[in-house]
Amino acid sequence: MTDPILSVRGLEKRYGAFIGCTDVSFDVWPGEVVAIVGESGSGKTTLLNCISGRLERSAGEIRYRMRDGRFPDLGHLSEAERRFLMRTDWGFVHQNPADGLRMRVSAGANVGERLMAVGERHYGDIRRTAGDWLSRVEIAAERIDDQPIAFSGGMRQRLQIARNLVTHPRLIFMDEPTGGLDVSVQARVLDLLRGLVTDLSLAVVIVTHDLAVARLLSQRMIVMKGGHIVEAGLTDRVLDDPRHAYTQLLVASIPES
Amino acid sequence: MSLPAYNFAYLDEQTKCMIRRAILKGIAIPGYQVPFASREMPMPYGWGTGGVQVTAAILGPDDVLKVIDQGADDTTNAVSIRAFFAKTANVATTTKTAEATIIQTRHRIPEERLQAHQTIVFQVPIPEPLRFLEPRETETRVMHGLEEYGLVHVKLYEDIAQHGHIATTYAYPVKVEGRYVMDPSPIPKFDNPKLDRSPALQLFGAGREKRIYALPPFTQVTSLDFEDHPFTVQTFSRPCALCNATGVYMDEVVTDDRGGRMFVCSDTDHCETRQADGHTGPGLPQLGEHASSEQETTR
Repeated sequence: MTDPILSVRGLEKRYGAFIGCTDVSFDVWPGEVVAIVGESGSGKTTLLNCISGRLERSAGEIRYRMRDGRFPDLGHLSEAERRFLMRTDWGFVHQNPADGLRMRVSAGANVGERLMAVGERHYGDIRRTAGDWLSRVEIAAERIDDQPIAFSGGMRQRLQIARNLVTHPRLIFMDEPTGGLDVSVQARVLDLLRGLVTDLSLAVVIVTHDLAVARLLSQRMIVMKGGHIVEAGLTDRVLDDPRHAYTQLLVASIPES
Repeated sequence: MSLPAYNFAYLDEQTKCMIRRAILKGIAIPGYQVPFASREMPMPYGWGTGGVQVTAAILGPDDVLKVIDQGADDTTNAVSIRAFFAKTANVATTTKTAEATIIQTRHRIPEERLQAHQTIVFQVPIPEPLRFLEPRETETRVMHGLEEYGLVHVKLYEDIAQHGHIATTYAYPVKVEGRYVMDPSPIPKFDNPKLDRSPALQLFGAGREKRIYALPPFTQVTSLDFEDHPFTVQTFSRPCALCNATGVYMDEVVTDDRGGRMFVCSDTDHCETRQADGHTGPGLPQLGEHASSEQETTR
């Protein structure tokens, strides 16, 4: 078995005396999708923000496998290295696309921004790559010069995904990527995500409260409650044979269809 | 004997020391925006309060001052700042570029090549080249610190996507010595090549935004562009109507209400010098000659 790409040990985030999340340990392997599920306020978004370096942690260790094979704690990287990692090797898909997109610049520039940030200086090449990615996320080529404010919610979310994937990252963080979408659009985005994750063998940490999303996308899942991990395991095992009382409650609360 | 109403060049000596320290730091780190404790000046923000403070700090009794506004020596801004220093510092003033030791300018660099003994002071409204792309000051400082300048190219990309060419015509972003991206103040991009390796010291003062930055003589200044859309300056299809000059930056002057207009040198000193040397242009446009053929082109 290969080495994990991300390793979290004893992670804790406190807001004063209040616990955001505590005693969180897990690994993510390359090409694997890990879902973090739980009710609102269970600390799953706090956890995601801590791992992705968007929040300062209070204690614990987060190690990431760099492309050169090093496995440093993210806290020991310089800010320049961390920011470089964020716009090349990582992606972050926000629940609200407006948080992850520049709403007032064209779709093409949104996708091209990361390329320009890593030094691409050929307009024609940037535009071609942006066009390729738009077609991969099923956005029509003639919309390349339109601003995201003119896009529907589903299109914005797909554009945000394209923008994150253009530098061929290895690890993507997603915070409720289908949270704000209606059910039919949700299905389409999920389908697209599943295809891209498999094609590009991305490692993904996805936060969701929707067990159906977890079932569809993830191989493993982590169930959180009150800032603690209460159960972790293969997605099918957790959903079909939940062991912890809270997980049982969660699974039982899905309305029968 | 009564005391003078003002210290030499208006500002008190401690303030001048503070500004000089900022200028020296700016010269030491070309293109880096140095914060300074900008003072209230007896003129509104936007009229060159930053430039005036820089000029006041470097002005000596032997200096000869020239002030231009959009290339002209005779506009309100230029006249009042020149009068201000003539009164508060009693320095000699001139409109001749070659005679001046300090040139304070708004939005232009003189056509005549500046010399090593000269200093040009730019009035800057918004010193931060990333401001319209990233509104947070904390973030733009980090971006400068870590040399994260991809965003500037997003703006240029948008220009090409919308207009087919880089449509930014003034305040065109430049990179200084391969390090800091700098706003050259709202000079037309026509003047950008003059910034590069200029023998004169170039100082930039932003009063409201409280920033000073500088280009020491012979600093490399590159205008940002794309490999397949290289930087170009504006060109004009006709010579100056008054002095027949070509290869200079022109103002468009409307001459009547029937579409008549003419293009004249924006640099009034340059134009007058040429006229005194006997150059004459075609003059006022003939009746019926319309502007369509006089359009400025940017490619």
